[in-house]
Amino acid sequence: MSVAVASQPLRPRPRNRLARALMNERLLYGLAGVVLFLLVWEVGSRVGVIDRAFFGRPTGIVEAGMKEVQTPRFWGDLAASFFEFASGFILAIILGIPIGLAAGRFRRLQYALDPWLNFFNSLPRIALLPVLVIMFGVFGPASKIAVVFLGAFFSIVIPTMQGVRTTDARFVDVARSFRASEWLMFRSVVIPSTVPFIITGLRLGVARALIGVVTAELYTQTEGIGVLIRRATELRQGDRALFGVLLFTISGIIGVESIRRVEARFQKWRPATSLDRR
Amino acid sequence: MDMGLALQARDVRMEYVDQATGDRLLAIDRVDIDIAEGQFVSIVGPSGCGKSTFLKIVNGLFPATAGTIEIRQSPKGVAHAMVFQDSSLFPWYDIVDNVAYGLVCQGVPRKEAQRRAQPLIDLVSLTGFEGKFPYQLSGGMQQRANLARALTVDPEILLMDEPFAALDAQTRELMQAELLRIWNEANKTVLFITHQIDEAIYLSDRVLVMSARPGRILADITIDLRRPRKLEIKRTPEFIAYADQIWGLISTQLKPHIHDKAAHPGGEAVA
Repeated sequence: MSVAVASQPLRPRPRNRLARALMNERLLYGLAGVVLFLLVWEVGSRVGVIDRAFFGRPTGIVEAGMKEVQTPRFWGDLAASFFEFASGFILAIILGIPIGLAAGRFRRLQYALDPWLNFFNSLPRIALLPVLVIMFGVFGPASKIAVVFLGAFFSIVIPTMQGVRTTDARFVDVARSFRASEWLMFRSVVIPSTVPFIITGLRLGVARALIGVVTAELYTQTEGIGVLIRRATELRQGDRALFGVLLFTISGIIGVESIRRVEARFQKWRPATSLDRR
Repeated sequence: MDMGLALQARDVRMEYVDQATGDRLLAIDRVDIDIAEGQFVSIVGPSGCGKSTFLKIVNGLFPATAGTIEIRQSPKGVAHAMVFQDSSLFPWYDIVDNVAYGLVCQGVPRKEAQRRAQPLIDLVSLTGFEGKFPYQLSGGMQQRANLARALTVDPEILLMDEPFAALDAQTRELMQAELLRIWNEANKTVLFITHQIDEAIYLSDRVLVMSARPGRILADITIDLRRPRKLEIKRTPEFIAYADQIWGLISTQLKPHIHDKAAHPGGEAVA
């Protein structure tokens, strides 16, 4: 007896880019979801079901954005926010990665740092904001950089430290057996196996750093995109406020995407998982 | 050390102390081994008998509790290099950097180390795979690279810790034949650890049978089979007679005892 298995005719793979994109279900449905939501929002606002003063409307946000970018104040705000974010985050990387590596490597250093790491990691950092403002001043970027730094630093240090501590003993044995110097062993074994943990830290750090920028600006009200949002809401300009929010969202996406690029650069030795392959 | 010897071990003893309970565990005891230059010597024994422990002591990964191990020092190259069990290649290095690693550890600049690694990559038939990462290679090819990595530092004695244990039966046979070819060309002294009796006989000039824990050398059997050996030799009566003799020795060691956790060296070494 034989069993016949019906075979499906193979669908030819479309050559042209657009046709291939249209066949990508994930992209297609994702796009449809976004468009539908924007449409409901826009129509609802025009019909009057949704109050534009509070909720804005998609086309309004675009208009407000176009108007905003023509004012010199906007570019000042953008530059201020960017500067605060970049300085705080880079400082967190410069200090966080080496300290995390060292604390992972030297047990006693980790013991010494542990109480502080736990203390600051449990502390709702926003609560420190007024104190930091007193320490570093309301005006100027210092207090905001401090908030951004505190947000990102601990997100980077803790995973980095844990990454070092999970280094596979097999590879350490290989390095020892070939008489690698302590520094070479660290470079050839510990750091490569810690990279995924560092990347995780950076990703968490970006989000926390952005939260830091927004909160600090909303609180101090000196300059920055956070101030733009605050000003707009006080004037009941929902569109303009949401334009500011959109800017922060875009920054977050850019940040996460750049980290993904860095990750791809460092992880090409890793096989694609079955999850990636689909 | 006597002339013509590559390795001389005298009265080696290894004792572990369980950190939590303070229990002592004697892993190996009174091990004497002489290996002549250029010889291929295997150690077989029941699992947990301490054969891997002995190899790690020779490799200098930890010190023995007592006894001495002398290895002939060659003017060039190093005393010993280890071929580890499966997946000990660094996954983040490509094959050429993995093979060159031992030289880099000696302070050779990376480019020159890569250049000097090339003949060994060719020797183990991995030409063309230099730029691949370990995950892109089969288990057998990974172990070839592992072997090349150890040979690159030109060791006086090559230590092999069950290098084919994770391979499937067919690949394992092929790798055994390959190892003999490479051994013949590289002209190295080899100390090989395995739990497979036929593997030990096929490869070796001498098979040392180790007792159950505490590990001791029970017998030193010279394998008088002509070289070069083909895989078919495993089906000859002489070969089977050796296998029976060794199996007879090992089976006396396999008492039905409760396998306690301490059988594996988890505790700290008593220096």
